[in-house]
Amino acid sequence: MKTLGDALAWLGDSAHWAGDDGIWHRLTQHLVLTVVCLLISCLIALPVALVLGHLGKGGALAVNISNVGRAVPTFAVLVLLLLTPLGRWGEGPTVVALVLFAVPPLLTNAYVGMRGVDQSVVRAARGMGMTGPQLLRQVELPLALPLVLSGVRIAAVQLVATATIAALAGGGGLGRIITAGFNLASTPQVVAGAMLVAVFALLVEGVFEVAERLAPGWTRRRGSAG
Amino acid sequence: MTAPPDDCLARNEWICGEYLSTRRQILLDAVVQHLQLTVLSVLIALVIAVPLAVLARRWGWAAGPVLALTTVLYTIPSLAMFSLLLPVYGLSASLVVAGLVLYSLTLLVRNILAGLRAVPEDTRQAARGMGYGPVRLLLAVELPLALPAAMAGLRIAMVSAVSLVTVGAIVGFGGLGNLIYAGMNTYFKAQVLTASVLCVVIAVAADVLLLGVQRVLTPWERASRAARS
Repeated sequence: MKTLGDALAWLGDSAHWAGDDGIWHRLTQHLVLTVVCLLISCLIALPVALVLGHLGKGGALAVNISNVGRAVPTFAVLVLLLLTPLGRWGEGPTVVALVLFAVPPLLTNAYVGMRGVDQSVVRAARGMGMTGPQLLRQVELPLALPLVLSGVRIAAVQLVATATIAALAGGGGLGRIITAGFNLASTPQVVAGAMLVAVFALLVEGVFEVAERLAPGWTRRRGSAG
Repeated sequence: MTAPPDDCLARNEWICGEYLSTRRQILLDAVVQHLQLTVLSVLIALVIAVPLAVLARRWGWAAGPVLALTTVLYTIPSLAMFSLLLPVYGLSASLVVAGLVLYSLTLLVRNILAGLRAVPEDTRQAARGMGYGPVRLLLAVELPLALPAAMAGLRIAMVSAVSLVTVGAIVGFGGLGNLIYAGMNTYFKAQVLTASVLCVVIAVAADVLLLGVQRVLTPWERASRAARS
């Protein structure tokens, strides 16, 4: 309990909120990294998954890529990227690693969602004379949306976690407060940083939860994959 | 004065046979620590998860809170989880094990519960009609039928644990993660790449091993698949 008090006292000190190593700066970094990388990942993964799902091709790849992503340690990828020439380019390794780990859940969920669309609906749409792109946009995508969105949610949570581990490899974000705490052997700072990260992660999850509740009924997920 | 050796270690190459032969003992120790941490955590999680899932299945009201709690635990990033446990366990292997248990628990409870829920009501009633008591129903009917889902969860938990152990390097108990961490600070490319590849190899080997165990434990799955095709 004493450590908890110390951690809260650490958080209460306004000096810890200001400056380049301050909480506000780290929080902004973490948020920007998460949002930017989520956008990049969606731009990469969703078109590929939607087209593959529409064509019904590459299923084995789309589904297995999630399992591969799980087996590769985030920390190892971050350090490997840091040691490549990319490492000299500031946040480069972090951004690449974040995108690499956010793409698999997006790809898998969007693909499974597209394949899960009732084939009789697809055939009916074809019978009405819809072209491929029309079918994709007006029939398959809306019906696959619940799973696509649950993929986005999983990816967002994954991004927050990866951005935290990036601190171990010198990347920016809230994780830096934790690693700095370890270097200073300051348990209150470590715990305070961990609390910030945990609250941030739960807030991100919460935002998606609320968005899902507010969304119209048909966009709600019935189950998730990956 | 002798000239510095001109081998792949001196040139700091990514792939280096010299590294493998000179650092064999270090690599072996790291792999052993990695395996110990992973297996211990997943086993502890399994021992806790089975009763939790069974209780959540028995008492419907308990399922909501149990699942909500495990979701919250799973949302917390690993580095933060280890750090939150620091005041309790200090810089020790127990800290890494405790953190991994919490993650594995989440995956296992969810999957075992899903497996138990998927047992057809007809099957349950048939067993009751044959005079099965609640304990025998659970042990001889429900748990075996939940086994494929549970094993799927166990495989995911094991593979995730293998990968998460590396983050334990922050407290010095990260198995191969320690080598990656040390290699990062000294820009030792061969060490980082070798340790990373070994991590993936362990994860894949564990997955294949558990798949084999699942095949052996559920012979009826194979029989029904053969009958269907």
